[in-house]
Amino acid sequence: MNRILGLHVGVIALLLALHFVLPDYHHVSLARILVLTVYALGYNLLFGYTGLLSLGHALFFAAGLYGAGMSMQAYGWTAGPGFLFGFSCAVLMALGIGLLALRTAGVSFMIVTLMFSQVGYLTTLYFNEHTRGDEGFVIPLELRQVFSIDLSVEDTRYLAALALFAVAVLIKLAIVRSPTGRILVAIRENEERTRMLGYDPFRYKLTALVLSGAFAGASGAAYGILFGYVGASFASIQYSILPLLYVLMGGVGTVLGPLVGTVAMFYLIDIASGLTSAYLFFVGAALVILILVAPKGILGSIRDRWARWLP
Amino acid sequence: MTLLSARNLSKNFGGLTAVKDVDFDLPEGEIRAIIGPNGAGKSTLVGLISGRIKPTTGTISFQDRDITRLPAHRRVAQGIAYTFQITSVFANLTCRENILLPAQRGALAAAGPFGRIDTDALNDKAEEILARVGLGDRADTKATEMAYGHQRLLEVGMGLALDAKLLILDEPTQGLSDSEIANFLDLIRGVARDTTVLLIEHNMTVVMELAQRITVMNFGEILAEGTPEEIRADDAVQRAYLGG
Amino acid sequence: MDYGTFFLIASMEGAVQAAVLALTALGLSLVFGVMRVVNVAHGEFYMLGAVIAYWVSSQISGSPLLGFMAALILSPLLVGVLAAVADRLILKRLNYDPEATIVATIGLLYILQQAALTLHGPVPTAVAAPFDFYVRFPGFGYSGYKLFVIVACIALMLGTWFLLAKTRIGLVMRATQYDRETAQAFGIPVDRVYAGVFALGAALAAIAAVLIVPTQQAYYLMGGDPLLLSFIVVIIGGLGSLRGTVVAAILIGMSDGIISTLFEPTLAKMIATALVALVLVFRPTGLFGTVAR
Repeated sequence: MNRILGLHVGVIALLLALHFVLPDYHHVSLARILVLTVYALGYNLLFGYTGLLSLGHALFFAAGLYGAGMSMQAYGWTAGPGFLFGFSCAVLMALGIGLLALRTAGVSFMIVTLMFSQVGYLTTLYFNEHTRGDEGFVIPLELRQVFSIDLSVEDTRYLAALALFAVAVLIKLAIVRSPTGRILVAIRENEERTRMLGYDPFRYKLTALVLSGAFAGASGAAYGILFGYVGASFASIQYSILPLLYVLMGGVGTVLGPLVGTVAMFYLIDIASGLTSAYLFFVGAALVILILVAPKGILGSIRDRWARWLP
Repeated sequence: MTLLSARNLSKNFGGLTAVKDVDFDLPEGEIRAIIGPNGAGKSTLVGLISGRIKPTTGTISFQDRDITRLPAHRRVAQGIAYTFQITSVFANLTCRENILLPAQRGALAAAGPFGRIDTDALNDKAEEILARVGLGDRADTKATEMAYGHQRLLEVGMGLALDAKLLILDEPTQGLSDSEIANFLDLIRGVARDTTVLLIEHNMTVVMELAQRITVMNFGEILAEGTPEEIRADDAVQRAYLGG
Repeated sequence: MDYGTFFLIASMEGAVQAAVLALTALGLSLVFGVMRVVNVAHGEFYMLGAVIAYWVSSQISGSPLLGFMAALILSPLLVGVLAAVADRLILKRLNYDPEATIVATIGLLYILQQAALTLHGPVPTAVAAPFDFYVRFPGFGYSGYKLFVIVACIALMLGTWFLLAKTRIGLVMRATQYDRETAQAFGIPVDRVYAGVFALGAALAAIAAVLIVPTQQAYYLMGGDPLLLSFIVVIIGGLGSLRGTVVAAILIGMSDGIISTLFEPTLAKMIATALVALVLVFRPTGLFGTVAR
C-alpha cells in the first residue's frame, strides 16, 4: 500500500528536483511533457482501464484549449477563470459526446469519436474570424497569470505544470484504486458479467469518458495558458492519436505509464523532426511496432514480469 | 410468503418458442431445482427472471413489485443474483478482486456517489466469502491460473458476495469432482438458511439431496412441480425425462 | 451561361466524382466485408496510386497515352503488392483483431504518407491526360477524358462485381467472409485470400487515383479527402454491403458537388461528417444496409 503511494510521491519529488538541475532546453521540454502527460493520464483511464479506444480525444483537449484561450481573449480573464472555463467546456463536451458515442461499441465507437472530433476540428477552421483557424492566436502575455504570479516565465511555468501533473497523477491513482476504478477494469474485462453484478455499464463508461475528458480539458487549458498559443492543429486528428501513442508506448492500464510514454515519444519526435520534415514517419512506425511487439508498453511489460503490485 | 412470481411468461426467438406461457412461483427460503432435458427452456426461464433476456409476453414480480421492465443490473440491486452456466469469472483478476467486485456493490449503493466506504470491512467480507467457498488460500491467485472446479467455486462465491435474496445457479456442479460436489452441497445448505436458491441442475444426486421442491420443464412448458418424492413418482416425468 | 447548362455541368462533375468515389469506397468496403478490417490507410493507397502514376508517366516521355496505359497497369500492381506485404507483415500478426488493426493502419497511414513526402516531395505535380478532346453538347463542351473516367469506373466496378459474384475466386472470398474457421477446414487458403483481398482493395483505390489524377495533381496529402468520403459512403451504404456502397457513392458523389456549390466547403464537410456520425450512432446498419453481420 505505502510503497505505491511512496513511488508516486517519489516520482513527483524527482521531477521537482529536476527543476533545479535541468538545462534550459530540456526544462522547457519537460514542462510541455508534464502538461501532455495529464492528457495521456486521462486517455489511459478510458483506454487502458475501461477498455474504450477513442480516436477523438483531441476534441476534449481542444475544448479546454479554446475554452481557456478564447474566453481569456474575449473577456480579459486571467489564467484562473480561463482555466476553469476551458475545463468546464471539456467536461460538458465529454458528457454530450459520451451520451451519443457510448451507444456504440468497438470499431463503431472508434469511428464515431473520430468523426465527432473531425467536426470539432472543422468548426475551429470554419469560424476562423473568432479562432484564427490554422494560423491560431496568441493569448496576451499580461493575462497569463494567476494570483499575480506570472505563468509565462520559465520557472513558474515548470512549477505550474508540475503542480497540475502532481494533482492529476494523485487523482488518477485514487480513481483506479477506488471501488469505481475496480468496476471500470471489470467492464474492460467482461462487460456482460459486470452488468450481472449489478452495475450499469453505460453509467460507468460515461463516468470514465467524462473523467477522461476532464483530464484532457485540464491539459488543453493549461497548455494554452502556459505556452500562450491556441491553434487548429491541436484539434486535428493527430492530437487524438498522440495520447494513444503515449499510452501504448508507456504502458496500457498503468498509472505512471503515460509519463514514461510521453517522455519517450516527445523526445523521439523532437529528435526526428530535427533530422527530417517527414518526422511523422516515426510516429507511424512507433504505432505499428508497438501494437505488434509490445502492446502492453514499457511499464506494462515491466509490471507483467517483475512488479505485479504496480497500479 | 412468495418471493418471486411469474405469470404467462413467454419468450420467442424468431419462430422458436423457448418458454411458453409459464406460471412460476417461488416461496421465500426454499431451495428449488429446475430440471428437464436439453432445450426444455430452463436457461431461458432463469434468463428471463434475472433480466438477461426480455420476455415476449408475461410479467414477473419480486417481493410483490413488478420487475418485468427492470434492466438486469437493477434486478441485482433488488436482490436477484445470477451465476453463469459457462464460467465467466474475471480471468485476469485475482480471486480477491473477483469477490470484491460484487461485495462492494451494496456498500457503494448505500454510500452514494461521494460517500466513503469502509475498505477494511469490505476486505474482511471478501476473505470470509473466499473461505466459505474453500478458496481462502487462493485470494491472490489470478482466476485464470486455477483449475476449472475452483473457477466454478469462485463463480458461486461471486453470487454469494452480492448478498442476494434470491441466488440463481445455472448448472453449478458441472465439472466438479465428487469431493468438490460434497463440499458444494454443504455450502448451499448453509447459504439457504437466509437465501432462497433456484438452481438448474443435471446431476440428479445433487437435485435429490438439495432441492426441497422440483420444477420439471419440457418443450418450454412446466410439466410437473413437487417434492423430490412426488417427482420421482410422477408418470409424466418418468416418460418425458427420466426415460421410464 | 444559363441555369440549365450550369446544372448539366455540375451534374457531370458530380458523376465523375461519384464514379471515382464508388471505386475507391468499393475497395474499403470489400476489405471490411471480408476481413472485418477498417483500413484507415486506404486513402494513402489512393495517394500512392496517383504518385506512382506521376512517376511512371514521367519516365515514359513522348506519348502521354503510353505513359498513362503503363501507369494504369503498374500503379495498382505495385500498390497491391505493397498492400499484400503489409497484410503479411502487420495485419496477419495481429490476428486481424479489429481494434489493433485500426491502430496499425493509422501507423501505416503515417508511414506511407511520410514516405511519399520524402520520396516525392511536398510539391503537387501535374500528370498529363492521355488524350485531350472536347465532346460537344448543345450549349457547352465537356472534357472527353472525364467522360472516359466515368465509363472506365463503371467497367471496373462491373469487373469487380463479376469477380465476386461469378468466379471461383469470388466464391472463395465469400466463403471466407461467411466463416473463417470453416473455410480453413475446407482447405481454403485463408491467409492468401486475406492478402489477396487487402491487395485488391488497395489496387481499386490506386486505379481510381490513376484515373482521376490527370484532372487533379499528385500530392502527398491527397489521401485525406478520399478516406473521409469513402468512410462516409461505406457507413451510409451499410458496413460491408457492396451494393449499398455503390448506391451511397452515387448519392454522396452527386450531392457533394451540388452541396459544395451551395455551402462553403468546410461547412459542407462539417455537416456531412456530423450527420454520418449520427447515422452510425442511431442506425448502425446504415441507411440502406440490410443486416451488417
